[in-house]
Amino acid sequence: MSDLLLPPELRYAGIIEQRKNEDGSELSILNLGPTHPATHGIFQNILLMDGERIIEGEGTVGYIHRAFEKIAENRPFYQITPLTDRMNYCSSPINNMGWWMTLEKALGVEVPKRVQYLRVIVMELARISDHIICNSVLGVDTGALTGFLYVFQYREKIYEIYEEICGARLTTNMGRIGGFEREWSPLAFEKINTLLEEFPPIWKEFENLLARNRIFMDRTIDVGPISAERAISYGFTGPNLRAAGVDYDIRVMQPYSSYEDFEFNIPVGKSGDTYDRFCVRNAEVWESLSIIKQALAKLPEGPYHANVPDYYLPPKEEVYHNMEALIYHFKIVMGEVPVPVTEVYHPVEGGNGELGFYLVTDGSRTPYRLHFRRPCFIYYQAFNEMVKGQMLSDAIATLSSLNVIAGELDA
Amino acid sequence: MSDSKIITNAEAPEGYSGEGFFATKLSDVVGMARANSLWPLPFATSCCGIEFMATMASHYDVARFGSERMSFSPRQADMLLVMGTIAKKMAPILRQVYEQMAEPRWVISVGACACSGGIFDTYSVLQGIDKVIPVDVYVPGCPPRPEQILDGIMRLQDMVRTESVRRRSSPEYTELLASYNIK
Amino acid sequence: MALENPVIQQALTDSFGSAVSDFQQIHDILTFEVAADSISEVMLFLRDDATLRFNFLTTLCGMHFPDASTDRQFAVVYHMHNWIDNVRIRIKCYLNAKNPQIDTVSSIFLSANWQERETYDFFGIIFKGHPQLKRILNMDEMVSFPMRKEFPLEDGGRTDKDDRFFGRTTDNC
Repeated sequence: MSDLLLPPELRYAGIIEQRKNEDGSELSILNLGPTHPATHGIFQNILLMDGERIIEGEGTVGYIHRAFEKIAENRPFYQITPLTDRMNYCSSPINNMGWWMTLEKALGVEVPKRVQYLRVIVMELARISDHIICNSVLGVDTGALTGFLYVFQYREKIYEIYEEICGARLTTNMGRIGGFEREWSPLAFEKINTLLEEFPPIWKEFENLLARNRIFMDRTIDVGPISAERAISYGFTGPNLRAAGVDYDIRVMQPYSSYEDFEFNIPVGKSGDTYDRFCVRNAEVWESLSIIKQALAKLPEGPYHANVPDYYLPPKEEVYHNMEALIYHFKIVMGEVPVPVTEVYHPVEGGNGELGFYLVTDGSRTPYRLHFRRPCFIYYQAFNEMVKGQMLSDAIATLSSLNVIAGELDA
Repeated sequence: MSDSKIITNAEAPEGYSGEGFFATKLSDVVGMARANSLWPLPFATSCCGIEFMATMASHYDVARFGSERMSFSPRQADMLLVMGTIAKKMAPILRQVYEQMAEPRWVISVGACACSGGIFDTYSVLQGIDKVIPVDVYVPGCPPRPEQILDGIMRLQDMVRTESVRRRSSPEYTELLASYNIK
Repeated sequence: MALENPVIQQALTDSFGSAVSDFQQIHDILTFEVAADSISEVMLFLRDDATLRFNFLTTLCGMHFPDASTDRQFAVVYHMHNWIDNVRIRIKCYLNAKNPQIDTVSSIFLSANWQERETYDFFGIIFKGHPQLKRILNMDEMVSFPMRKEFPLEDGGRTDKDDRFFGRTTDNC
């Protein structure tokens, strides 16, 4: 039992001493990471290898631990959004919207329908952006750089859309309690429509490059499999779980922000291997494009934010002239707004699975405790089991396909 | 080819040319060669790493500045691009990677977290990588736009082009490394 | 057929009596308290019982209440989810400040392994029976538990930032 508390290098050194192969060769220890071209983000894996085969491995995480949960206890609610951006930074709008929805649940704020549809559009764009990275970088790790270069152009287009909405490319810090800071400009909608026309053929081309490619299939089929029962026990959610065959999607299980108004399928795989994860993410991009199209078609008119002067900052022009606006602005920023003492857990379907926010308030303007249920942290535990007995390059492909994002892993 | 105007990023240095020869200063030629072929080691830890991926991709294309080959081995890299937050747990590893790089080596610190700890003023984050390694160029931003990262690389190119060939054995440089306890 | 709160409450009190208490509905999640020494039986029951079927451990985190009484200063909060009837519950176990110990549930749900290590790392709560209870996110050499309320957020030894310019005094940070 205490053997497991030793650092893995020492433990494996002990195993190497005891065990020798029949042909006289020895096992070896390989240090994969923390800085390694194939690990997207910094986490270390010490692997006990028999030549190219992995016998056992142990991971070390925490190389980018930035103490988000501790910071959140010292910041007012609207200052926590930049922290949520930096968790899964490939799809920051989803994190932002999840946080605002958690707050709205805690404070009892109802948002108008238009805001909910706009949130759906931006969350699905973020999901597409996340899956583009994961799949194209899986291509890069198996040697195919072309797909990455083709589809990254469209990530730039998605960044341009974010810039139109909130001004920032990557760490968007988008929205407020009750809605958005400003109405989306007509140029934003134009850019989204252009993306909906231009992106599908490119994504089809990307799929054709890899999905039925003999080499890619050989590299990814039966690599890093996990069964559905083990996956559920390990706390998998999101595309990794859906690749194992379980159709758990929070957008359908507990619809939030009007997801029940849209029709979409949940793609599932069969064996939970790398190829299934790749295909599930591919299919999810198609579903997201369809959801965005439906949302744009049915977008209702209305205000872009809820009428909650207690929590939503008044327009700046009024603050300089209007007494009530000045008072509300002051109260919101200084934290003298009514915050109920409560606790709430709100999950959203992030790019990697169930991203949950457990917020405990104590009436002051900062949370008492904020815990992020980070899907990457929870499913990365299974990595060593998934690559046991496989070769080193399979471990690299598995790691890529799991879409482990260091910001979300360590928080 | 109608016009003989040459379009280049790498202008020839000042010198005296004649039939079959071109005479210039050694440091100019060495500087030009080094500046236009800086192979980066992308030490990407967090969000700035994704902006670097965008810089590497075809829209912003850092390859046209000479950084065609991303080297992940420190021995084969010229510049260390530290992108993202460095936690205290990671600092010894950053130091080890820097020490493994061969001279001449340069460091660009990309992003607010690498420059000064960024928004993470916490117990676990190193408040700036210049606490452990010497830095040549700081690129602020959270995350910096790809154009800013390219600007940082161009500033570094200016520094490299005008650097003396004897800098690495000069007493000032030795003193700088000694202040970081780097042998 | 939906799994209603009274059914869950009845099933738990029938099997565990006074070890489970304080059932309340906070927003949309039934929250209740479980005594720290019976958590693994309760969780096994919640997972395996034919009507309850809470097959998924959503998350596990710790909390610190320095102002509470000594035997309720630490808490471990579990969120579980029943995928078949779509019901979530929240379980709280309060622990003693002097000796915060609780059984591990990593043998019941494998996802608890790292989450319990994280809780140990942040709060110092010992999980008895955990196969590998060592620090996970912070540095291994760290001796204090940073998420406890008395531990400061900022690194006291930093030289480049002056607390006066951030409005921080010894009272408010």
